[in-house]
Amino acid sequence: MKTLTALFKNNIREYGMLIALIAVMLFFQGTTNGILFKPVNITNLVLQNSYIITMALGMLLIIVSGWIDLSVGSVVAVVGALAGVLMVRYDFNWVLTVAICLLVGAAIGAFQGYWVAYLKIPAFIVTLAGMLIFRGLTFILLQGESVGPFPRGFQNISSGFIPDFFNYPGFHLTTIVIGVLLSAVLIVLDMRARKNQQKYGFEVTSFYIFVAKNILITAAVMSLCYLMASYKGLPNVLILLFVMITFYAFVTSSSVIGRRIYAMGGNEKAAKLSGVNTARLLFYTFVNMGVLAATAGLIVAARLNSSTPNAGDGMELDVIAACFIGGASASGGIGKVIGAVVGAFLVGVLNNGMSIMGVGIDWQKVVKGLVLLAAVFFDVYNKNKSS
Amino acid sequence: MSDVILEMRNITKTFPGVKALDNVTFSVKQGEIHALVGENGAGKSTLMKVLSGVYPHGTYSGDIYFEGRECRFQDIHHSEEVGLVIIHQELALVPYLSIAENMFLGNERAQNGVIDWNDTISKTKELLDRVGLHESPDALITNMGVGKQQLVEIAKALAKKVKLLILDEPTASLNDSDSEKLLGLLLQFKENGISSILISHKLSEVNKVADSITILRDGATIETLDCRKDKITEDRIIRGMVGRDLTHRFPPRDSKIGDVIFEVRNWNVYHPIHEDRKVSNNVNINVRKGEVVGISGLMGAGRTELAMSIFGRSYGTRISGTAYKHGQETDISTIDKAISSGIAYATEDRKVYGLVLIQEIKENITLANLEEVSDGGIVINEPKEMTVTSEYRDKLNIKSSSIRQLALNLSGGNQQKVVLSKWLFANPDILILDEPTRGIDVGAKYEIYTIINRLASEGKGIIFISSELPEILGICDRIYVMRDGKIVGEMPASEASQEIVMKRIMTEQEVMG
Repeated sequence: MKTLTALFKNNIREYGMLIALIAVMLFFQGTTNGILFKPVNITNLVLQNSYIITMALGMLLIIVSGWIDLSVGSVVAVVGALAGVLMVRYDFNWVLTVAICLLVGAAIGAFQGYWVAYLKIPAFIVTLAGMLIFRGLTFILLQGESVGPFPRGFQNISSGFIPDFFNYPGFHLTTIVIGVLLSAVLIVLDMRARKNQQKYGFEVTSFYIFVAKNILITAAVMSLCYLMASYKGLPNVLILLFVMITFYAFVTSSSVIGRRIYAMGGNEKAAKLSGVNTARLLFYTFVNMGVLAATAGLIVAARLNSSTPNAGDGMELDVIAACFIGGASASGGIGKVIGAVVGAFLVGVLNNGMSIMGVGIDWQKVVKGLVLLAAVFFDVYNKNKSS
Repeated sequence: MSDVILEMRNITKTFPGVKALDNVTFSVKQGEIHALVGENGAGKSTLMKVLSGVYPHGTYSGDIYFEGRECRFQDIHHSEEVGLVIIHQELALVPYLSIAENMFLGNERAQNGVIDWNDTISKTKELLDRVGLHESPDALITNMGVGKQQLVEIAKALAKKVKLLILDEPTASLNDSDSEKLLGLLLQFKENGISSILISHKLSEVNKVADSITILRDGATIETLDCRKDKITEDRIIRGMVGRDLTHRFPPRDSKIGDVIFEVRNWNVYHPIHEDRKVSNNVNINVRKGEVVGISGLMGAGRTELAMSIFGRSYGTRISGTAYKHGQETDISTIDKAISSGIAYATEDRKVYGLVLIQEIKENITLANLEEVSDGGIVINEPKEMTVTSEYRDKLNIKSSSIRQLALNLSGGNQQKVVLSKWLFANPDILILDEPTRGIDVGAKYEIYTIINRLASEGKGIIFISSELPEILGICDRIYVMRDGKIVGEMPASEASQEIVMKRIMTEQEVMG
């Protein structure tokens, strides 16, 4: 039976991050006189960070592959601009617009991926060029001005909430039901995984830790749902995020493709000689990034209810920072989806908390920079200690 | 005591959970070549790291005396100051700098921070002369072979006024003539009063140049043999290293050879950069079911290039020729297709081409055949993966704390077993093994030979590339000799001897030379 200390030691990175996130949240809860955990603010926090998290999912794969994508902020802008132009100037249906924009995102990813994977141009340079190209195209598309507003359906991607089937006044009961179902599913899945491990005779954590872990997770899920329910319910974008995070967490930890991406980032030559088509894999990693950046672009446009030339400016830095804070290695091969998500939330909570406190944007940047540095130092320090 | 240059007394060094060195005592006399031998993991490298200050004073117990003075090195510069220079197996040269720039890196000929290039160049020339390397000081390291790079490293040591030179596996990646040259250099240094410590797995060269041999086993000094008094045989050294008599260095085997399982005909490959240079020239080779076929030749003869070009064109350009499996033409134009045609290639450079070092043993083993441990070829079935990889760990005796240990933390022999496991798990019919025993110790070599025998007896065809002739002769059924990209000889092992093969390898060069 694994002990609690061993469990902690083996996952010091993940738990450390989570504890840091909770500590920061509690800190701001205190300094903002309880505003941070107010339902409306929690909802805001999710909306504000949804696009960063969306892109962090794709960026993590790029960074694990050993590369970087600097263009995502500009891709957010150009896709948002395209959506605005299509819907406002050409009266396209919003669903069709979303489909076109996602395809364009894939094409942008394919364009950059082709240069990196097949023509062997370093991604830093290709995406730096992309950053300029797509920002420029944004200005061309929008002719320098903002375009809006958008149809209600489109806005709902970001600012809508799931419908309530119970109509209980002042309380979103459907959200609670979803929370209960989700908790149940998580517990069942964990139990099955544990049983499976036991069946194969592997070491598992002790029963008490197992129970405690599930109680904690259930408590977290339920209190989040409770907070949301007492406002307007679960935002659409949170559901979207949950689906995407689950999907990418699964792909990276349990799929053949995920394993190959880690192998490619860890040692491209060895992966290639083991039959992994590294060029194609890298190409699709960029296509994936393009689609996710386009998704983020749509979320941003829907949230602002207009396409602006400067949308997504500097966003790539927050996304990359989220991945590194979350434990990804700059040399590739190492990094987890959950880490990147927690990293993105940490950055988001810092932004949000400091804004509420009235800390200026100048000092916010200083603090974020220091957090990034500290997190990566923590990684390197741990690595040196263990070797 | 004046004739003892170095004395290490009662050195004990512990890592969390392991005693790497246990009360080791080691002394080197002035002007001798002292060989340090032992299996991988015996503690040779750790001892040298203690000596050179990589592990600073205070992290170990025991005393070090150099030229009679007690030394407490804090880092490697500290030890270099007194004249103790270590040359690691992985060379520490900057590839895109010139010889001269590398020569005085960290030790620049400069005044007030401005480099005196004339002095640098002329000193470099002088040093290159001393090691017998005829290259311009402006030549870039990246354009030189490993043998020459090794000489640059040694010249660099001379620049630091070396008194005791420590060489860690200096000939591991050198061909025979370069090795010969390097050993000659050590003998010449000895004349000039420079002592050396030579760490090597190649017992024949240890025997050739060493004045004394110290054997380490499991972190302890076993014995120091004096070669000047009486002739020490290789078997004698091996006995000390493994603590038992290795009466047979090669496991016996019954060859049951069947039909030709794989064949390439008229195989031509051109160099990827120098496109008019042929690295494989009309090669025809085959391997039979249950047969171990050796490819012998000097480094640079084109053996690895041939193997890699066959394995999914992973090397070279303008590849032409046909491959046949069981007499049928087979498509091996990509690595993917080669693997599905049942071919596996275990590389000579396991760290660069063989392993994902930052991943676990289990992830390395399944990498080439993830379909086998996944449901529907999409989702990895982790319990199944754990189970099958654990089987390989047991079967190949991979020594590790768990199947989830990182490949990074394994010894060379165990890393090689992980590479082998990977390819065995891909279940090939033809296995190309490129220098599978390079840089691993005698005990692990024997295990690898045993595995090869077992594979052959299971009916696989094995192509075995090695620079060590005794090994080729010891385990192969048939031997090809390669030179300059051509197959210049083929003979059954029963008719071959070291002399015959060597003659084939060298003949044309003798005629031309």
